[in-house]
Amino acid sequence: MKAWRTALTALLCAGLALALGAAMLALPGFAVRLPGQVAANLDDSGVAHPVTAVLLNFRGYDTLLEVAVLLLALLGVFALSLHGSGHARPSAPAHPVLQTLARLLAPLMVLVAGYLLWIGAHAPGGAFQAGAVLAAAGVLLRLAGLLPAWAQPGRLLRGGLALGLLVFLAVAAAALAQGSLLQYPLAYAGPLILLVEAGLTLSIGLTLAGLYLASAGWRQ
Amino acid sequence: MTPALAFDLLLIAALLWSAARALTTADVFRAVVLFIVFGLLMALAWARLGAPDIALAEAAIGAGLTGALLLDAVGHLRAKQREPEQ
Repeated sequence: MKAWRTALTALLCAGLALALGAAMLALPGFAVRLPGQVAANLDDSGVAHPVTAVLLNFRGYDTLLEVAVLLLALLGVFALSLHGSGHARPSAPAHPVLQTLARLLAPLMVLVAGYLLWIGAHAPGGAFQAGAVLAAAGVLLRLAGLLPAWAQPGRLLRGGLALGLLVFLAVAAAALAQGSLLQYPLAYAGPLILLVEAGLTLSIGLTLAGLYLASAGWRQ
Repeated sequence: MTPALAFDLLLIAALLWSAARALTTADVFRAVVLFIVFGLLMALAWARLGAPDIALAEAAIGAGLTGALLLDAVGHLRAKQREPEQ
């Protein structure tokens, strides 16, 4: 009976895969050549890397809402952990080698994050990758027992979490006064994108690390 | 067969193997490690496909942060199994 059910599941999965493949092959050709359009307008975007140009300029809406969704996800984790027992059990003392390694690696990771943020204007990199590296540094420090879990995030921490979204919204609102939402003035597009990305890097790093650090306070 | 094609075929085989093992293995800890291996291989695949941005994000978020979260969850489960009364 069980083997029969497994075989049926495998058959259905294979059928679904085949149907998806057939649907992919049957797709009509692109109505608009988006890569060509991006390349043609790259000079107006303020950055030299097409992916960053799309994320922060041409499709800035998507990124703005993505950051808001990320913040909402962390709020959900906070709501769960505040609902729980609250007191974080002190973590077991980590191995001294791990602690030394974490102390050595954390500053390097902050450096890498800054590099990724800066290089994002003209090569692969950008706010999400830089934020992920920052978050990894936070998780590493937590694993080494050098960083406490977030039992009750303070005002500074909450400010840092919201900073990226607030900067993005402020820039969008300022652009709205000039014309339309998120349409940067040509002359300031590059610096504005760097400003937004710097705020986003900090907030994304804190948010991603927070998903781990807030739930690490759940022990008990 | 060129070295690049051989590498790609090897990568595909390793991806499929790690995905299947991560789903079917009974030991939770081993499944999480296989998931991290899958994430790192997936980052390699994105790099081979010419998408270094996605490769960076996959390596950092898909393999690194998700792996840390899952390992932490495994730790919680084991701690709970060890002291079922509390």
